[in-house]
Amino acid sequence: MRPATPLLTIDAISCGHDPANPVIRELSCQVVQGEMVSLLGASGCGKTTVLRAIAGFVPLLAGTILLREERLSAPGFTLAPERRRVGMVFQDYALFPHLTVEENVAFGLKGRPKEEIRTVTRDMLHLVGMESLGRRHPHELSGGQQQRTALARALAPKPALILLDEPFSNLDVDLRERLALEVRQILVSQEMTGILVTHDQHEAFAWGDQVGVLHEGNLRQWDTPFALYHRPVDPFVAGFIGQGTFVAGTCLTPNVMQTPVGLLQGTPQPYRPNPGDPVRVLVRPDDVVPDPDSPIHARVIRRAFKGATTLYTLQLDSGCQLQSLFPSHVDHAIGERVPIRVATDHLVLFANTGPGVTMECVPSAIN
Amino acid sequence: MTPHSTLGWPWKPILWIFVGLMLFPIGVILSAWITPEWGVWRHLVDTLLGELLRNTLILLFGVTVWVLLLGVGLAWLTAMCRFPGQRFLDWALILPLAMPAYVLAFSMLGLLDYGGPLRGWLALRFGPNGYWFPDTRSPGMVVFLFSLSLYPYVYLMARAAFLDQGRRMLEASRMLGRSPWGAFLHAALPMARPAMAAGCALAVMEALADFGAVSVLGFNTFTTAIYKAWFGMFNLTAATQLASLLLLFVAVALTVEQGMRGRARYFSSDGHGPKRERIRLRGMAALLATTFAGTVFLLAFVLPVGQLLVWSWSRLRLDLDGRFWDLTLHTVTLGVGAALLATLAALFLGLVRKRHAGDRIVHLALRLATLGYALPGSVLAVGVMLCLIWLGKGFAWLFPGVMHQGLASGVSGGILALLFAYLVRFLAVAMGPVESGLERIRPSLAEAAHGLGATSREVARRLYLPLLRPGLLTAILMVMVEVMKEMPATLLLRPFGWDTLAVRIHEMTSEGEWERAALPAVMLVAVGLLPVFFLVRKSAGR
Repeated sequence: MRPATPLLTIDAISCGHDPANPVIRELSCQVVQGEMVSLLGASGCGKTTVLRAIAGFVPLLAGTILLREERLSAPGFTLAPERRRVGMVFQDYALFPHLTVEENVAFGLKGRPKEEIRTVTRDMLHLVGMESLGRRHPHELSGGQQQRTALARALAPKPALILLDEPFSNLDVDLRERLALEVRQILVSQEMTGILVTHDQHEAFAWGDQVGVLHEGNLRQWDTPFALYHRPVDPFVAGFIGQGTFVAGTCLTPNVMQTPVGLLQGTPQPYRPNPGDPVRVLVRPDDVVPDPDSPIHARVIRRAFKGATTLYTLQLDSGCQLQSLFPSHVDHAIGERVPIRVATDHLVLFANTGPGVTMECVPSAIN
Repeated sequence: MTPHSTLGWPWKPILWIFVGLMLFPIGVILSAWITPEWGVWRHLVDTLLGELLRNTLILLFGVTVWVLLLGVGLAWLTAMCRFPGQRFLDWALILPLAMPAYVLAFSMLGLLDYGGPLRGWLALRFGPNGYWFPDTRSPGMVVFLFSLSLYPYVYLMARAAFLDQGRRMLEASRMLGRSPWGAFLHAALPMARPAMAAGCALAVMEALADFGAVSVLGFNTFTTAIYKAWFGMFNLTAATQLASLLLLFVAVALTVEQGMRGRARYFSSDGHGPKRERIRLRGMAALLATTFAGTVFLLAFVLPVGQLLVWSWSRLRLDLDGRFWDLTLHTVTLGVGAALLATLAALFLGLVRKRHAGDRIVHLALRLATLGYALPGSVLAVGVMLCLIWLGKGFAWLFPGVMHQGLASGVSGGILALLFAYLVRFLAVAMGPVESGLERIRPSLAEAAHGLGATSREVARRLYLPLLRPGLLTAILMVMVEVMKEMPATLLLRPFGWDTLAVRIHEMTSEGEWERAALPAVMLVAVGLLPVFFLVRKSAGR
């Protein structure tokens, strides 16, 4: 059950320099206390603009932003960032180069008693595991340490929520995943609310209880990671999240589709076709399984060994290409013909009209 | 932009007024071409022009060739090779930058002239005419002394370029089959070309602008001719014509530099990693390298400074009087005043550039505003003087009844004129450090501070000021030192009786009283060493 009043309410906001063509269009969402949220999108989709609007660096053209009952932003009104009680961790960390780690963390505590500043700073550094490095300057720190310092600095004034603008993108892959989990745990332990902006699906999924997918300034779907993957609301989200291929087909009965990869059965959603309708079915690599009894054969044209699994690119006789994820011990050479079956219990299905028809049977969004 | 930075200042109009002010002296001089006075021109052509052109060309070509040979050769040796004394010479070779050319010129002349210690020793050994000695007033000697004084510009730039090229570039050319020397000739040298061109242009502009050294050496150039036309003949028109010609030379030199630099902005910064391996010179090669670099250091710094110290020691009791402190006070006053003015202006320009990043017009305005660095001091003095006369006439026309003696006369007017001239000339010097200070202020820093609850005023006090402080202090120091060493503009514009150390040096050297010029010179060299130490420390970490 969600609490009655959300912590952050974003209500139909639009923003951008050009009122006729705003970067963000009528975006709405709600975040409750203690929730971890990701905003996911390709670069230039406007996700950072949303974050900066929440922080108070971007004025609104329309809509409102509320923190509990307090109005933060509305057209013609932007509460100054320093009065919002919103913390932010920047992509470049934005550590003050002339201050030590301790002084950076204490920056937002100005005006409080000396003793309090000292304890809070010490506690924060302890929280992020930096207690021994307090006297260093930012340039003497590694990327991960700078990241931790930035987090401690943002947490120190006890903000109502923390915004994280692609904070892990400057780190190498190994450290990135580890630190993202660690930061999440720290925020959860402080009962903090965190909004993370990222272009990395894995990061968004690992971080967010809820994930918002942004595309060209629109919020396309706001859902759990599971729902985004298995119940995408439109072809864009379906193609953007995970891997998969759109296969063209025809509806036979409401639950059976005729396609080049055989008859596919399952409850269709979000589109519920009538018999005879042209449709597009999303086939995920894990839906394609080897089946010696299957009449459908496909030729291996590429393979990428991934350890526990192997990702094959298969070509049907019709020329249609599919991706499939087989267990590693199922080993096929390039050129080999493999009998396959597409096993689905629910169908991700869209009408085969309008734009995007050309996506038919080619791999979409390979990550 | 953030709602915090939209101060309601009319930035752009202020910027253009400022640019107009900075360009005024150049404009006034160039306007001499609109109404040429043929009589003056004919006189100039008949009497002076041939010699002036010949000498200027000798200076241009001689200095170009020699500063490149010395600067690039030394930079390569100290940056890429290892030989005895290399570590010391690496930074010691920068030190001559602290010495104005005129100081080097008169102290070396004192060493080499008749009556100097060297000639005395030779005469004692071989009899008065028993030895050969190069003519100390020949064009060759002029080029020699200028090259000794100006090679550090090329040395610094080329050295930085060689160090920045990084090992991987050279390793790549070695892998592709080049020898170490082949890698130098075909990879390192072409890559350092923009830096070499820039250093060479600085050296050539200094040579063209120099007044003190050529007048000591009795080598007539445009700067000495302008001085004579102004002070000897009180002919400001002739001075203006000469100034416009000198300006032409500067423009040509700058154009050539731009051409040589091309569109290339080569750089690679993988050179900061682990210690680079150097080419280890052995035996004869090492001996030659040490001798070459050591001799340059000896001639460009040790000998002249030693000579100055000996002279000033002998004159200390006589020269260290109230008059000397007056000179110092005047010099420091002008230096500090101009430095504050230029740094403030640079801060203004830097902020405007930051606010209007990407605005081409603003970018152009800033380039125009800093054009004054190319103006030789004597040209600038003529320009400023013409401006003042022009203003004075306008003033008289506006207020015919008011008693006035013209803005140029009177101590305060003269000092204002001087400060203005320094501002035009040295604004570019202040721009560098101020801008690099401003660069440290990324927008996200201010946003982070606001996000942490700091108001705009707090951001200015707790963030901008401490971040900018080093840049501002460096700018103040550098401009101050440049102003204190400046000779021709000071000489031409100073109010009567307001002598500075540089002016004193000119007075004494023009009478051949080397010893009496030594103490002010030592002061200037000591002050000049301050920014050089900064440079040395900055480059020592590499």
